[in-house]
Amino acid sequence: MIEHDTIAAVATAVGEGGISIIRVSGPQAIQAVDHIFKFKQKLSEVDTHTIHYGFIIDPKTNEKIEEVMVSLMRGPRSFTAEDVVEINTHGGVIAVKNVMDVLLQQEDIRIAEPGEFTKRAFLNGRIDLMQAEAVIDLIRSKSDRAFAVARKQADGVLSKKIKDLRQFVIELLAHIEVNIDYPEHDVEEMTSAYIREQCDKTITEIDKLLKTANEGKILREGILTAIVGRPNVGKSSLLNTLTQENRAIVTDIPGTTRDVIEQFVTLNGIPLRLLDTAGIRETTDVVERIGVERSKSAITDADLVLFVLNNNEPLTDEDKQLLETVKGKSVIVIVNKMDLENNLNLEEVKPFLLNASIVKMSMVRQEGLDQLEQAISELFFEGKLEGNDLTYVSNVRHISLLKKAKQSLHDAIEATYMGIPIDVIQIDARSAWESLGEILGDQAGDSLIDQIFSQFCLGK
Amino acid sequence: MGYNAKSYDVIVVGAGHAGVEAALATARMGCETMLMTINLDMVAFMPCNPSIGGPAKGHVVREIDALGGEMGRNIDKTFIQMRMLNTGKGPAVHALRAQADKFQYQHEMKKTIETTPNLTLRQGLVEELIVEDGRCVGVVSQTGAEYRAKAVVITTGTYLRGRIIMGELMYESGPNNQQPSVKLAHSLREHGLELVRFKTGTPPRVNGETIDFSKTEIQPGDEKPKFFSHETKESHTEQIPCWLTYTSEVTHKIINDNLHRAPMFSGAIEGTGPRYCPSIEDKIVRFADKPKHQIFLEPEGRNTLEYYVQGLSTSMPEDIQLQMVRSVPGLENAQMMRNGYAIEYDAVVPTQLWPTLETKKIKGLFTAGQINGTSGYEEAAGQGIIAGINAARQVKGEEPVIIGRSEGYIGVMIDDLVTKGTNDPYRLLTSRAEYRLLLRHDNADLRLTPLGYKIGLISEERYQQFLRKKELVELEIQRLHETKIKPNEIRPLLEQAGSAELSQGGSIINILKRPEITYSMLETVCPSPYELTEEMKEQVEIQIKYAGYIDKQLLQVERLNKMERKLIPADIDYSQINGLSNESKQKLELVRPLSIGQASRIGGVTPADISVILVYLEHYNRVTAMKGN
Repeated sequence: MIEHDTIAAVATAVGEGGISIIRVSGPQAIQAVDHIFKFKQKLSEVDTHTIHYGFIIDPKTNEKIEEVMVSLMRGPRSFTAEDVVEINTHGGVIAVKNVMDVLLQQEDIRIAEPGEFTKRAFLNGRIDLMQAEAVIDLIRSKSDRAFAVARKQADGVLSKKIKDLRQFVIELLAHIEVNIDYPEHDVEEMTSAYIREQCDKTITEIDKLLKTANEGKILREGILTAIVGRPNVGKSSLLNTLTQENRAIVTDIPGTTRDVIEQFVTLNGIPLRLLDTAGIRETTDVVERIGVERSKSAITDADLVLFVLNNNEPLTDEDKQLLETVKGKSVIVIVNKMDLENNLNLEEVKPFLLNASIVKMSMVRQEGLDQLEQAISELFFEGKLEGNDLTYVSNVRHISLLKKAKQSLHDAIEATYMGIPIDVIQIDARSAWESLGEILGDQAGDSLIDQIFSQFCLGK
Repeated sequence: MGYNAKSYDVIVVGAGHAGVEAALATARMGCETMLMTINLDMVAFMPCNPSIGGPAKGHVVREIDALGGEMGRNIDKTFIQMRMLNTGKGPAVHALRAQADKFQYQHEMKKTIETTPNLTLRQGLVEELIVEDGRCVGVVSQTGAEYRAKAVVITTGTYLRGRIIMGELMYESGPNNQQPSVKLAHSLREHGLELVRFKTGTPPRVNGETIDFSKTEIQPGDEKPKFFSHETKESHTEQIPCWLTYTSEVTHKIINDNLHRAPMFSGAIEGTGPRYCPSIEDKIVRFADKPKHQIFLEPEGRNTLEYYVQGLSTSMPEDIQLQMVRSVPGLENAQMMRNGYAIEYDAVVPTQLWPTLETKKIKGLFTAGQINGTSGYEEAAGQGIIAGINAARQVKGEEPVIIGRSEGYIGVMIDDLVTKGTNDPYRLLTSRAEYRLLLRHDNADLRLTPLGYKIGLISEERYQQFLRKKELVELEIQRLHETKIKPNEIRPLLEQAGSAELSQGGSIINILKRPEITYSMLETVCPSPYELTEEMKEQVEIQIKYAGYIDKQLLQVERLNKMERKLIPADIDYSQINGLSNESKQKLELVRPLSIGQASRIGGVTPADISVILVYLEHYNRVTAMKGN
């Protein structure tokens, strides 16, 4: 944490209200926003306490990102007593994320720590003494919450991937360091080619993560998961179980105009967009058929199908037809109503779905949820979810840090071509490692030294 | 019976690498100083490898020299081989490493001490501290002599409750069978200092007459040796080579077959050993798939045939050691002159120290070197000079001196020790420094000579030379900036160097920034009007070539310094700050950081904790200001 640098954060509650405000504060605030804000004038030249209409652009491509209003308050007459710029965007998560994304690519700008605007306001004398305790409480509670969220994410797949990436970079770093600190030791000499190879590999992995983030798929959708089954096998209660049991409901998007109800849940850190394809069956009713067609197209779009069967009844023709429609998808078969008598022969199901895992559940008794989570996790960890490899980078902060790490690795590669010595290249590789670590909330510390001594045999 | 002996300004206990630097500093700063050591024949003794320097460590020697310390000058007088390491890498990690004539090194250092005014060298065993009103005011020796002093520096190395271990054999001892210092450990504990048990080790020594050098590779010194001290201008030393050989399959088998007799694995050793310097048995167990390990044979001096077997550090029993030695190619018939051994000793938990190296519990008591949990001669000497400087400044009523992390490896080391502590003997590595590019060995003088001068350890003459160097380097960089060159003037040079052609004229400085172009090449085209030494030219070249990276790090340092300048009042009561976790409160209370910067480096203290402290301090300051009105 560094004082006096420029910070940015969303100042309004996410997902609420028609307008979201991104607040930027610090010495670089005006310059940074100027760089990405296109309007008739220059922000650095306009009067203080004025508001301007224009577009946030990607400075690299000049592409318009969002339509915004930007207001400017020069310090000390501002909330923090520093230069403050506020970007008013359309409400909703996407607009804010798009703007934050380009904003955080600017130099010397970072996401604010929890409560940091208020802290600065206090430290700069804008908030009176009586409120010091309140400021402390605010910092504390916000960062505890942020910590809890980070912990939750740290259990997930993203965290595992980032840890792998970090391990990759730290091995490279340890290799460079051992060459420097033990020059006479018989370890492999560090070559430019080796550094490039390692950096390239890491960049490829980061790109995979970023690609999905750029597509914004997970951002909006999560893993598109269709809950499929004929009526009354327990689809809706599965949906309810998942959404109630679970846990971090990111947001609800009620299917107001559709028959498909959508729900976001995070299961073991994997975001799912659940589609309950209520009432899927052959029908002559026109209205109902529209609903059924939508449900079928939902299956086509889905990345994952949770196929629900009734343990209490033998496999019906309707079941078989539906099983036919989900062939070739990633499917988990859920055998519901295990609390009732078994009349279902699973052997009949297997020819349709050779590799699907089968989870036995009872919604009534709330049993089998852990096994379901396990099955989804396994599918996900092993990359069996086609088209969805790693699509879970959704957080703006994560994206900006991944991009920073990537840029540092690019700098390292470029430096090898320029004949820059390895100890200088190390600076770039190290900042890549630190950026990745920030995603996990790790502080640098001793782990590089630990790595050196566990990776290499050194001594006198 | 006790008796009152003489009073001094400063007493330094122990005359190893930390003690001699501390004592020389205090005496040279005008303090009447006594340096007391158990055995006068062991002054500045090297109980382990006969070498000084290397990455980070060599940097420290240069920093000591810039501060006016002795280690650099002394090794320049007594080296038998000098090598610049890492020359294929960037200038920040070039590192000078010397093989010492360890006996001559001792003799030269002892002579320097003997001839230094204000300094008394005395043989004796200090057993007790005299502490009055929370202040250390002297020491008592084994003979009952009570010496009074205004400040005391303790540098006990591995002597403090030292215990040598070799297979099944264990006995109380300092290094190399010296008498250990036992009672002083109890005295330190009685006065409230927490001690831990650390361990280190050393390999066997063999007789060079019995080495078959034809089976080894020669490792010669540099043809044109460089020096550690800026005061050393030349040397006519004839260099002696080292020799490289390897362990064999047989060595590994002998060790594996006898692991049950290795104290490392039998549980006989309770102290924590250094990770960077494991014994050979440790290496073979931990890196089982490595077929062989390097062994360097290093001469211990010019007038001895003893060789140090680097790479074979061990605490195996004597009979196994002999077998191990003889399994190494070239050592088949070697005569083992001294055994390798492990040694355990007491160290002070270093978070009990201020960054000045004064203990927090006892005013006027300073500790330096291995007692603070480090390992290595250079690390010890670096702390020694700082402890000495601060002891002397305290006696003289002057402000303490703290070297920042961006100013020197000494600063990195001390900050690490007092802020984070250490779980095993601490060794400096260049990777411990965040601003490695700024902490080069070539600019140690630029970084620290002004401080050395201000303190009074750098002579006026040397300071004037330093200022001249600094000025000429700046003038030359300025000149290169301003010198414009046309494409055709530089074309032949660029062609010859395989460098891209210049499309239009411009400052010659841009040419020098190209990796393939050196300063000496440019000299042929536009020679400098100034009389520059090689050292100055090197400085000009480095400062220009790496300007981009250097500037980036300077910017980071500027940010760091903002945090370092936010001081925390000495009387802060962390228990009164709501919003800090109990764990953070305890850690902050233990370390008692001097600044927000230092607080942020304590393990477990989060950015949110720092914010809370900042808000609390603002509150505190406003309340204090209101009360003042």
